[in-house]
Amino acid sequence: MLTIANLTKIFNRGTPNEKTALTGVELSVGRGDFVTMIGGNGAGKSTLLNCVAGVYPIDAGEISIDGVSVNRWSEYRRARFLGRVFQDPMMGTAADMTIEENLALANRRGKRRTLRWGITSGERARYCKMLAALDLGLESRVTSKAGLLSGGQRQALTLVMAILQTPKLLLLDEHTAALDPKTAEKVLALTDEFIQTDNLTTMMVTHNMRHALTYGNRLLMMYEGRVIVDVKGEDKRRLKVDDLLGLFERASGQRLENDRMLLS
Amino acid sequence: MPFIQSAVSLAVPAIALGLLWSVMVIGIYITYRILDIADLTVEGSITLGAAACTAVIRAGGSPAVGTILAFICGLAAGLITGTLHTKLRIPALLSGILTMIALWSVNLHVMGTANISILRMKTLFTPLANLGLSKYASWIIMGGGLALIIITALYWFFGTELGSAIRATGNNPNMVRAQGVHTDTMIIVGLMLSNGLVSLSGALIGQSQSFADIQMGMGSIVIGLASLIVGEVLFGKRHFYVRLVSVVLGAVVYRIIIAVVMELGMNPNDLKLFTAITVAAALSTPHLTAALRGSHKLKPNS
Repeated sequence: MLTIANLTKIFNRGTPNEKTALTGVELSVGRGDFVTMIGGNGAGKSTLLNCVAGVYPIDAGEISIDGVSVNRWSEYRRARFLGRVFQDPMMGTAADMTIEENLALANRRGKRRTLRWGITSGERARYCKMLAALDLGLESRVTSKAGLLSGGQRQALTLVMAILQTPKLLLLDEHTAALDPKTAEKVLALTDEFIQTDNLTTMMVTHNMRHALTYGNRLLMMYEGRVIVDVKGEDKRRLKVDDLLGLFERASGQRLENDRMLLS
Repeated sequence: MPFIQSAVSLAVPAIALGLLWSVMVIGIYITYRILDIADLTVEGSITLGAAACTAVIRAGGSPAVGTILAFICGLAAGLITGTLHTKLRIPALLSGILTMIALWSVNLHVMGTANISILRMKTLFTPLANLGLSKYASWIIMGGGLALIIITALYWFFGTELGSAIRATGNNPNMVRAQGVHTDTMIIVGLMLSNGLVSLSGALIGQSQSFADIQMGMGSIVIGLASLIVGEVLFGKRHFYVRLVSVVLGAVVYRIIIAVVMELGMNPNDLKLFTAITVAAALSTPHLTAALRGSHKLKPNS
């Protein structure tokens, strides 16, 4: 589904602040895979996701989604393939627009925006049903502004928006990191439910090692712009936190001391 | 009752003028409130509208054609600012200034001189005057009617898929791109629509006063912002249609305020200073009140 070859990304090239964020990343994600990604700060997880989404232009390499090379596609054009949820709950929705308006915008992802009315009554009924399934009480607030929602509610809404038009690839960039632990668990459970129901190909960046182990069928660990650990299938299922620490130390030659990488 | 008489003689011209200018304020609303861009193109495109329309009328063309042409010229001005900003990555404020300055020369070319008169020539208001209406009555009917048509059309437009995407672009461009919309295009369309309306307003103003002048756009962005804020403060900003109506009413109230302060003896030379201070005060009020509240919070045991 997603093929990445020799992907290199350098920020501030040619300046004293030059930073190589990704160095020759090779990765192939199959259809229906649910990949979790961990790594310390600056390891390149988010950069990798943003390169796939087209937020950053890349310096070298090749990215193709479902056999289509998207290297030269801008962010908005790639969006037809991608569902995205961001770390910042403010980023995924338009705060001054209503919940149903946000959903209607997402329901037209990858389509031409015409002069037809922005939301139809058929859509409204569908949105209400989908929101009711979240069990957050949003179905009775469809005409409230998205900005009035809590962080968790906004992330749940963004998640629904991401999958309203079934994406070829779902990109989750630490989408529960800004939430309190209880809400984070709830949003994550919803995420997993959506992914299982629609069999969505997913890449999920997380700082929480336990989440990375619990969810998904493949785990990637990044370090200094490279993928240093890649565990799939049965091996992934049997993986424990201690195994992961061992793998990290062997692959990087470093002890894992980054407190941002949660071991809980 | 001399008081009422003088109040009416003060208010009627102000209302009439306010309605003609309200079309410009609607345009500014699109950029300043919907796209979240302070677009200075306005200062040039309002003159452009007046220049194009009066030039057409002076050449013997029909006022309707001149007015429509003014709208189209405004679309072009917005297209240029939008292209400078989105495709060439020049900051929005500077893009507007560049177009505004360029339009100064363009407007001189369109008019041929620094000002042209169309006194006693046929304008959009002539048919109404022929019905026996007074000058101000014809302005009120024409300006008010057009404003009503425009806000109704905009209410529809911003409810469509395209219009919704433009609104979202001003709100959260990241989200809009993630939903597969080219934000550059949305910004360009918004700027075009805005400047089209500003030029249309210029055409109405030019015809109402029967001349166009190269300097007539000076300070128009501040007049527009003042009107916008007056409207929002007085008439709220709840429902979208109410907001659009409040923009029009704000333009009218602004003119009445100006008429009153002039009546109270303010030096006309101080008018722009007065408007600028009003806008600065209105724009800083939310920040200042928040800062005051914040300082209260910092006090212990309160």
